[in-house]
Amino acid sequence: MVEAKIHIDKVSYAYGENWVLNDVTLDIAPNSVTVFFGPAGGGKTTLLRLINRLNDLVEGTQMKGRILVDGQDIYNSEIHIPTLRRRVGMVFALPLPLPGTVRENVLYGLKLAGVKDRSRLDEILEQSLTQSALWDEVKDRLDHLAVALSGGQQQRLCIARSLALEPDILLLDEPTSGLDPISTRKVEDSLFTLKEHYTVIIVPHSIQQAARIADKAAFFLMGNLVEYAAGTELFTRPRKKKTEEYVTGRFG
Amino acid sequence: MSRYRMQRLGFALLTLISLVVVAPILAVIGIILVEGMGAISWEFITAMPFDGMKQGGIFPALVGTLLLTLGTAVVAIPIGVGGTIYLAEYARDTLVTRCIRLAIVNLAGIPSIVYGLFGLGMFVLFLRMGTSILAGALTLAIMTLPVIISTAEESLRSVPTEFRTVSASLGGTRWQGIRYIILPQALPGIITGIILGLLRAAGETAPILFTVAAFFLPRLPQSPFDPTMALPYHLYVISTQVPGMPIHIQHGTALVLLALVLSMNLFATIIRSYFRRRRQW
Repeated sequence: MVEAKIHIDKVSYAYGENWVLNDVTLDIAPNSVTVFFGPAGGGKTTLLRLINRLNDLVEGTQMKGRILVDGQDIYNSEIHIPTLRRRVGMVFALPLPLPGTVRENVLYGLKLAGVKDRSRLDEILEQSLTQSALWDEVKDRLDHLAVALSGGQQQRLCIARSLALEPDILLLDEPTSGLDPISTRKVEDSLFTLKEHYTVIIVPHSIQQAARIADKAAFFLMGNLVEYAAGTELFTRPRKKKTEEYVTGRFG
Repeated sequence: MSRYRMQRLGFALLTLISLVVVAPILAVIGIILVEGMGAISWEFITAMPFDGMKQGGIFPALVGTLLLTLGTAVVAIPIGVGGTIYLAEYARDTLVTRCIRLAIVNLAGIPSIVYGLFGLGMFVLFLRMGTSILAGALTLAIMTLPVIISTAEESLRSVPTEFRTVSASLGGTRWQGIRYIILPQALPGIITGIILGLLRAAGETAPILFTVAAFFLPRLPQSPFDPTMALPYHLYVISTQVPGMPIHIQHGTALVLLALVLSMNLFATIIRSYFRRRRQW
């Protein structure tokens, strides 16, 4: 067994008194695609946002348990949160380009990190846009406004923006929910190439998508981790009754 | 009467009512323009008044108003914008911040003469600033703060929350998100609020009455601790306190004050539309 990249240890989480995650424990292997799936309100997105501490922005929450990244407790008070978030990138359900050009969007995180070397910035710009399968479409439009891109292009731009920081881990929250099938295909394709370099966790927007891309899959129901297994196992021979019902479309 | 005719009548009535709204503004500008235009000359703008203000110009009052507005800006902009960034971006919703908000709302409702008396008690007497530009600008700044804060807060809040989340997710500190994304997007609204606030400060009489304004002082102030004449107060003086004042001088003074305020207003509109066109989302 490879050392776990992310170790989620007995995590419970509540907004106010409303517990949305109950005692979740799972290990995530490096350089793999893990999907968190299940019906809405299962706690998938919340768990995702806990891994880069983005939920710190929400007030009035409580948390139990630990999350370790590379063996380090990320809720330890000595953790430098911006550094953590550079290591653990995030792509949201809706494409959210920042104001400004394509180039400014991709390089925003590096600007915040204080990277100024022009040739290195150009290199990263091309590299991350290539990885997100967008380079050919925007290479002549780098200084155009990001909002002028199509929805699918904007979402790949947002992936490139996260990749530009060269993170270890990439979290994707329904990254294709707003996209047409062709754009979805492009994003999924880019995910396959990404896992060579990154640990990818994704909340898919359909069971079909989950089955297509998962190395490992975790099924969440009402804040509980019901089943966690290799994708080929879980989608063909689920062990839990609830998982089977959901995967075969009997509820959800 | 048919429905169609009713509708026609209704439209006509509504048009008439909206004209009623515009009429007073047009009348004020029109009358002042017609009556005051004759008084306007290079000398009127740049000369000291003499002969009991019945002759000469309004130069010291004009300079005084400009200096007071500048002083107000210097005090009110950093406090107003800084305080708003704290309130809108950093402060959590606690009893203290609620009290601060309540105070700001109430500050906006205080009559301007009360600000004037407060300025007299606080700055002129207690802090021993005397009747001075400093005391006047501080008083005007306090009066301007609620306008600046409420418009600036609204502009900051109108920037989508998602930008803050995205910036944080890319390793940005809260300040970096504000500095690089939120402030540039909110800037046109903030600038508009600042100008509207200063505009009010430039035209007010009551707050400067006891704190800075001089009845007749035909020389320019030498330091922030000097009193000065100011346009609104000068207008009040020559309209009510000096018998036998030529009416065209009164209207001319009003015209200069009006032109000053309206041009600031126009400037605010231009800035706002310029930044709106450059909005990138």
